[in-house]
Amino acid sequence: MPAEFAPSSAEILRFLPETILIVSGALLMVLSVFWRNHATRRFVPLSLLLLLAAAAASVAAHRDPGPAFREMISADSFAAYFRVLVIAAAALTVLVSSQYLRRERSEAGEYYALVLLSTAGQCIMASASELIMLFIGLEISSLASYVLAGYLRDDRRANEAALKYFLLGSFATGFLLFGIAWTYGLTGSTFLEDIRAGLSDAAPELSPILLAMAASLVFVGLAFKISAWPFQAWTPDVYQGAPAPVAAFLAAGPKAAAFAVLIRIFMTAFEPMSARWEPLLWLTALLTMVIGNFAALTQTNIKRLLAYSSIAHAGYMLVAITAASETGMAAVLFYLAAYTLMNVGAFAVVIHVCRKGEQFVQIQDFSGLAERQPATAALFSLFLLSLVGIPLTAGFFGKFYIFKAALDANLIWLTVLGLLNSAVAAYYYLRILVVMYMHPPSEAASDLPPLDGALKAAVYASALGTLLLGVFPSLVLNFAAKSAGLIR
Amino acid sequence: MSAVLNLCLALPLAASLLLLFIPGHRHRLIRIFSLAASLAVFAVSLLLAVRFNRAGGGFQFATDIPWITSPAIRYHIAVDGLSLWLVILSTLLTPLAVVVSWKHIAHRVKEFHVLLLLLEFGLIGVFVALDLFLFYVFWEVSLVPMYFLIGVWGHERRIYAAVKFFLFTMAGSVLMLAAFIYLYNLTGTFDYLALSERLAGRGMALDPTAESLLFLAFFLAFAIKVPLFPLHTWLPDAHVEAPTAGSVILASVMLKMGTYGLVRFCLPLFPSASREHAPWIVTLAIIGILYGALVAMVQPNMKKLVAYSSVSHLGFVVLGIFSFNPIALDGAVYQMLNHGISTGALFILVGYLYERRHTLEIAGYGGVANPAPWLAAVFLITSLASLGLPLLNNFVGEFLVLQGAAMVNFKWAAFAALGVVLSACYLLWLYQRAFLGQAAEAVKAHVTDLTPREWAGVLPLVVLMVWMGVASRTFLVPIAAANARILERSTRGLIYHVQNPEIPPRQEVARAR
Repeated sequence: MPAEFAPSSAEILRFLPETILIVSGALLMVLSVFWRNHATRRFVPLSLLLLLAAAAASVAAHRDPGPAFREMISADSFAAYFRVLVIAAAALTVLVSSQYLRRERSEAGEYYALVLLSTAGQCIMASASELIMLFIGLEISSLASYVLAGYLRDDRRANEAALKYFLLGSFATGFLLFGIAWTYGLTGSTFLEDIRAGLSDAAPELSPILLAMAASLVFVGLAFKISAWPFQAWTPDVYQGAPAPVAAFLAAGPKAAAFAVLIRIFMTAFEPMSARWEPLLWLTALLTMVIGNFAALTQTNIKRLLAYSSIAHAGYMLVAITAASETGMAAVLFYLAAYTLMNVGAFAVVIHVCRKGEQFVQIQDFSGLAERQPATAALFSLFLLSLVGIPLTAGFFGKFYIFKAALDANLIWLTVLGLLNSAVAAYYYLRILVVMYMHPPSEAASDLPPLDGALKAAVYASALGTLLLGVFPSLVLNFAAKSAGLIR
Repeated sequence: MSAVLNLCLALPLAASLLLLFIPGHRHRLIRIFSLAASLAVFAVSLLLAVRFNRAGGGFQFATDIPWITSPAIRYHIAVDGLSLWLVILSTLLTPLAVVVSWKHIAHRVKEFHVLLLLLEFGLIGVFVALDLFLFYVFWEVSLVPMYFLIGVWGHERRIYAAVKFFLFTMAGSVLMLAAFIYLYNLTGTFDYLALSERLAGRGMALDPTAESLLFLAFFLAFAIKVPLFPLHTWLPDAHVEAPTAGSVILASVMLKMGTYGLVRFCLPLFPSASREHAPWIVTLAIIGILYGALVAMVQPNMKKLVAYSSVSHLGFVVLGIFSFNPIALDGAVYQMLNHGISTGALFILVGYLYERRHTLEIAGYGGVANPAPWLAAVFLITSLASLGLPLLNNFVGEFLVLQGAAMVNFKWAAFAALGVVLSACYLLWLYQRAFLGQAAEAVKAHVTDLTPREWAGVLPLVVLMVWMGVASRTFLVPIAAANARILERSTRGLIYHVQNPEIPPRQEVARAR
């Protein structure tokens, strides 16, 4: 009966953001044949416009929340939050990329097409309520990211990064798929709601070992994507080797979407067994924080440092997930928004300072930046202080909500250890402040062109967002809390 | 809603933001603007003192509006007799810091003054915040400017000192944040007044272990800031490396954040735990008094000498606080102000000497009184104030602390009094070595007497030393009223706590949620 398969107009609206992104990705691919050389400048405004349309569609879809496509998609406010978040992350990526690509003489439509396609995958991940759909979203997002990591074809480091990312990433995806298969075998369904129902009714009959295997396999696949311990090893290499704007993107969109999936699976499908996975998450959260922070202490390459810092921040977010409460989920949602803003901002400054061929990516290359370009240094300090978690920045409220949720759930030791970790983290962020403000100007700072164009817009937008969320966190938190509350 | 207090808090922030728009090369304009702004803040804060109802010990000039809805965080500020003088101390020392930096800071002048005003904002905020969360925000906000002041404008080992300062404070404050959140989850409020009511009330009392741990989390953050022996190691480094203005603000105001926190939060919120831990805290305080004084005695570096003398003087304050005696507590709070004024003045004077001779080694001086008699005279008055000569300010505070401590435990007072003797030794010996005797050629060539600008930087403090030594009632009456409330609250909480041993453990409630 074909009529039954035809989606209603409401369903089409609920899937509109993804549709827009996929169509625009294809459109940009086609246009890249015609727009060459100077015409490549048109891609930035066009991509931003298309992303804006997708964001508007996400907001519109949120007005009439509900399932679509035989309940494989659920366009609830949780999905809306993540759609807007990953689209915003993509927009910031587009802004920070153009100058870099022009400098490397490789600006072309396919770069922007890949960003949009990856974002489409992330939107699907955020809204999927069925495991296969979710897997497809993850694959769309990942495949585009693998290509992006190796986008500079002639750069050996980028090639190495892309290959590493691809091999390890597909290995992890295999785990995820295997976990999905086990789950299906145990519960007879791939729909998250049905799995949850199956687990809560029939739990005694199911072998706990098999169930643990299924959940662990799924967790392994996702832990890789969010670079949690012990699957974090790829992160520094990939972030260091990939072009800087791509590293910024990887730390924002794909990570946020992977968290969305993690939250959705573990708060719906595997929610009945939450008491059993709590110790596992507890340990993972702690070790992820510890490894990220302590490894970052000795880094000299700023991209690598930010990679380890991103591992540490994933650890903080896992603390809130360990709490397994609504406030915890709201905290993760808020943190992801804050982290995206401050981290893309920090990467944007790195892109600005690194120059052609990424010559200047050592921490020492930031020496004396405060004397040559006080405004840039001040904005970078803002992002770094936000990453430390100093009040009146978004990062502070992010940490505050996370540790508050953890204490709510009585995870006292995890909170104390996490907070001490964040004091350790202050050291390596301060090192950058030290070289910027307290060392004499280096060679790298001497002929630095002023910050301008799209890159400047990205830096200022991130700074504004970081401050705004740092003074009025309710703006985002209220929506995050609502979204987290509706997920069950 | 009081316009005066809000203005006092907002002006420094507004001034530091406005300063960003003045071109960086117009040094004179920047200095004049900062001086005018900080004097305006000082004038506003004096208005607070004038309008303050001295007899009532409660909070005045309150503003209480919601800031963040979930969790409930309020912008709640007010002053009482305890915080009033600390606010005025901050607003007084900031213009003086601008004045003493007039020549000393010649490099990145704009950033320096922006940070100085931002620091003032943070410091005032710490003293007026009545919401625990807001308090934490200001606590951390004041940390960042000081980090830069030390790290950018300091001496040779400035980076080491700045990072050490930041990390020590941060390590303490994250645990304090955890304690704040824990208290919020327990009581549902960050508001200081509501919190102390609820903790003292029936059914909300903490179980002894939790209270003890919470107390320790608060105490550690404050003790690092004070600093209490053996957590003081960041202080000599930070002081020696900081520029004059940084040392002045650090010693005079920032260290008081720690002692203020002890009085404001530890005593009333955790009465039983405070009493339980008091013996070893007092022991550490007395060790700090004696150790700081002995180490100060053998310092060849003037700034380090003054820094260690701070460790010693702050020991008196902690001793007074943990004696749980109204006289000792009044003395402790008075001593906070005294230390701010006399040690601030000592750092300013050492800064003046450094600007002349470009060395902090005592051996580089000698006979300074010959070419610079007025400088020597002011230094002598300040030293005498600092060592507790009657009719000068420190005498009043130290006397009260010792008297109050003696009423509780005579041994405490006996050992602490040794610190007073030792302070006379190291300060007078410093004076003798640096100012008396024959002036060497290098000293004669470089050292000149105080200029009018330098007089302006130190004279207000000298006047206060005499005023606070002679007419202590002006300051002590509001302090005593506020302290009486704090002690009363602390005692009331204690009784309730003991009477309610069977409180359902809170953990199970949290888990059920």
